[in-house]
Amino acid sequence: MTQPATSTAGALPRPEGMEGVVADWSSDQRAFKNVPWGKAMMWIFLLSDTFIFSSFLISYMNVRMTTTVPWPNPSEVFGLTVAGTEVPLLLIAIMTFVLISSSGTMAMAVNFGYRKDRKKTFILLLVTAALGATFVGMQAFEWTKLIVDEGIRPWGNPLGAAQFGSSFFMITGFHGTHVSIGVIFLIITAVKVIRGTLDNERPGFLTGRKGNYEIVETMGLYWHFVDLVWVFIFAVFYLW
Amino acid sequence: MAHVEGQQHPIGIYLKIWGLLFVLSAFSYMVDYFQFHGYLRWFLILLFMMLKAGLIVAVFMHMVWERLALMYAIIVPPLLLLVLLGIGALEADYTFFARGVFFGGG
Repeated sequence: MTQPATSTAGALPRPEGMEGVVADWSSDQRAFKNVPWGKAMMWIFLLSDTFIFSSFLISYMNVRMTTTVPWPNPSEVFGLTVAGTEVPLLLIAIMTFVLISSSGTMAMAVNFGYRKDRKKTFILLLVTAALGATFVGMQAFEWTKLIVDEGIRPWGNPLGAAQFGSSFFMITGFHGTHVSIGVIFLIITAVKVIRGTLDNERPGFLTGRKGNYEIVETMGLYWHFVDLVWVFIFAVFYLW
Repeated sequence: MAHVEGQQHPIGIYLKIWGLLFVLSAFSYMVDYFQFHGYLRWFLILLFMMLKAGLIVAVFMHMVWERLALMYAIIVPPLLLLVLLGIGALEADYTFFARGVFFGGG
């Protein structure tokens, strides 16, 4: 399964390990064997996105280390009061679990997609989209609370270092935009699955490519990446 | 097999990783809830972060089942970011020091 046969039956088996890396890259055809080009390109895109988010997080680290004004305590700023007691970071913890769950349903959607189980794939994609929309909704609530109740602005806030607001809105805003775009594409993918576009290999209206269940996996890569970025934001922004 | 390019694995492995991610997230939340501080806090935060990131990339994004050529192409370039991280930290220390000196006492 991990080393499937290729269309060139009878050809020599591909070398593994370091020899395989050299052979793949120097083969003068395509470097990424066994991978549809759409998926390879999604990986390359995610690599570039990794650099964008890393630049944000590293510049956030830089401004946080340079400020001589105390940094607002995220544990308190993002706490929620439940039944009279202050629970630290509660909203963020719930958002984390929601996003991880959406990653789980996405992984299963990809799996059922390759089994050509249209109905289950469709439902799992919609659940993923719903969880993603829930995440964005909770983020909107969080932003509203910070802007309206706490008076936090990108250029300053009453709690401490001015850089807190600019880092927060930049990083979570960019991540939230990624989630929102993901939700839209999840719905598009779900519709394609349920109406049989992928089974019938109907050409896409934008690209003209023949429908294929690979697009569910490519969609999955993007979605898991959004979850991956949140893991880093959660660790370095909220827990620091 | 007609389509050999897809990733097909038992559903159980996704459920196990899902559960593991839940547990790890709960642990990292506990770090804040029980107010750990200092190096212990940093060690735990970064440990849980890397474990979660590793599980997502390896299993959910199927990286462990890809060929080494793709793995290297995606995983090696981000290591460069460690250089940027180092430069950022060095520069930040200096800026903090200079602010302390010139703006006196913050």
